[in-house]
Amino acid sequence: MPDERGHFGVYGGMFVAETLMGPLAELREAYEKYLQDPEFLAELDYELQQYVGRPSPLYFAERWSEQLGGARIYLKREDLNHTGAHKVNNTVGQALLAKRMGKTRIIAETGAGQHGVASATVAARLGLECVVYMGAEDIQRQAMNVFRMKLLGATVVPVESGSRTLKDALNEAMRDWVTNIDNTFYIIGTVAGPHPYPAMVRDFQTIIGREARSQIMEQEGRLPDALVACVGGGSNAIGLFYPFIEDQEVAIYGVEAAGDGLETGHHAAPLCAGQPGVLHGNRTYLMEDEHGQIIHTHSISAGLDYPGVGPEHAWLKDSGRASYVAIDDNEALQGFHDLTRIEGIIPALESSHALAYATKLAPTMSKDQIIIVNLSGRGDKDIHTVAEHEGIKL
Amino acid sequence: MSRLAACFEKLRASGAKALIPYVTAGDPEPSVTVPLMHAMVDAGANIIELGVPFSDPMAEGPVIQRAMERALEYDVSLDDVLEMVRSFRKTDAETPVVLMGYLNPVEVRGYENFARDAQAVGVDAVLLVDMPPEEADDLLSALYAHELDMIFLVAPTTDEARIKAITESGRGFIYYVSLKGVTGAGHLDIDGVKQQLVKIRAQTDLPVGVGFGIKDAESAASIAGVADAVVVGSALVRRVEENADSADDINRAVAGLLAEMRTAMDAG
Repeated sequence: MPDERGHFGVYGGMFVAETLMGPLAELREAYEKYLQDPEFLAELDYELQQYVGRPSPLYFAERWSEQLGGARIYLKREDLNHTGAHKVNNTVGQALLAKRMGKTRIIAETGAGQHGVASATVAARLGLECVVYMGAEDIQRQAMNVFRMKLLGATVVPVESGSRTLKDALNEAMRDWVTNIDNTFYIIGTVAGPHPYPAMVRDFQTIIGREARSQIMEQEGRLPDALVACVGGGSNAIGLFYPFIEDQEVAIYGVEAAGDGLETGHHAAPLCAGQPGVLHGNRTYLMEDEHGQIIHTHSISAGLDYPGVGPEHAWLKDSGRASYVAIDDNEALQGFHDLTRIEGIIPALESSHALAYATKLAPTMSKDQIIIVNLSGRGDKDIHTVAEHEGIKL
Repeated sequence: MSRLAACFEKLRASGAKALIPYVTAGDPEPSVTVPLMHAMVDAGANIIELGVPFSDPMAEGPVIQRAMERALEYDVSLDDVLEMVRSFRKTDAETPVVLMGYLNPVEVRGYENFARDAQAVGVDAVLLVDMPPEEADDLLSALYAHELDMIFLVAPTTDEARIKAITESGRGFIYYVSLKGVTGAGHLDIDGVKQQLVKIRAQTDLPVGVGFGIKDAESAASIAGVADAVVVGSALVRRVEENADSADDINRAVAGLLAEMRTAMDAG
């Protein structure tokens, strides 16, 4: 998976304007070539160790597990990466590829700003020009990350079209790419978009699952019983899941954002409550109306506030290999507070969705069972959102 | 013979080139569109490209993005667009109509349902920006079974192997995108267009239209010198936007520009 045109079953593919078909083929060739190139892989490995700080720990959350009274919960600490989330695993990989391809300018889309910051960071590290597209709405909500990107030397372009959020930023980045394909590399931040992005981003993120697998074997001497990760576009989730997909005894749970509740329609849970369609270059589950227009999404976590999802998740859902569930804003906030108070770790609101699901799952399991939760990012960026939601003025 | 084939044959016989205006259906509001289609035909348009509004028009520049947003304010759907074509056909049985848009509204409706309904109201062809030939087998069977043509794009980045595949899959005409960029961009390169048209014509006898970056009589005439059809979109949609308060003003402004283009193309 995928096949040579990027299909995961009926999902995925390359649904883009003709102008991009050539550049996507060029990207695919470069990516396939360098993923076999020992020199490229050694450089990637070096950057991941010395710049990102890998491997990230697999931490046994002992107090939290005890309080929940069921399975032993381990946290994969992607929050401890440089820039504070899993996003950088992918931006390091794609930026090194951009350099090999002779591109001098990178562009990226961002919602909460984490992928934008991770892109701006590697651009600074490698001396590349960087332009980040961000919905005007999100720019207001995430002033701190906007300033971080600017400090790192990136140009942040506000996107005023459509719903002025992440999906519109992605549209605008595509428009930039189609105009500047000769010198520009588009770093997509998640496992969506046209082939080869879903496969390429997955491959750069599977470092999460590969490490987790060997760490749990070392610490517990066996595979986990369940994996839990939040799913917006789904890059941290696929990164954890992929190396375990063949292990049928490992249950896999992807957690979408139920926002105000699935029944309200104000959510960002296309796998739980959407239908298949085509957006942003791939066929997948979408939040759409009966006429095929993409509808507004809602989540307290900007990083999950996206109407689509990676095509491999769509396939994992249909095939039954993974289960997809949803956690609403209030449950996620409870997960945020629980981990902060019980383990002394402030999680990102995105990751808090996975934590909240683990609090439901763990008590249904026995004390000798094991759950690995992907703690995909740290929560410093979210403290204003949490304070505001609770009526606290900072 | 299809309306599109008949149209190109008639033009070829008289030595003229096709003028293909694009407007977004339902922009700035739904009642404007059908009278505007007739006004464009009266001003010299040979084929009409009617844009189906979509929430995420990835290949459009700001002018057509705003047009789609105006139409979506009125919830103009694919159903509504098909009704507009039905209404246009009541008094114009001859002018081919091409629906131009994005895949998802067609995908959600189902290819077979869409093809049946589009044929029934008098649509002639479909151009879906984000549907490359590689993904189009099922859609093509549905369209071709209902005598609808599928128009594919060729871009400056399309190599000869792809041009061959595209010209083998497409029907009606081939649409050459004159530049790397979005609709409404301004850097038309006639020499580059000429070179790519030679490569396209080496592979197919289908008529070749050129669009993107054509904004006035001069650029229309120079494209008419090398292509079989001239597609003009953003320049017209901008006039719709500038005159959005009055349907009469919209018709006058759009027809005015088309008439200038027609004259310049025929003089060349």
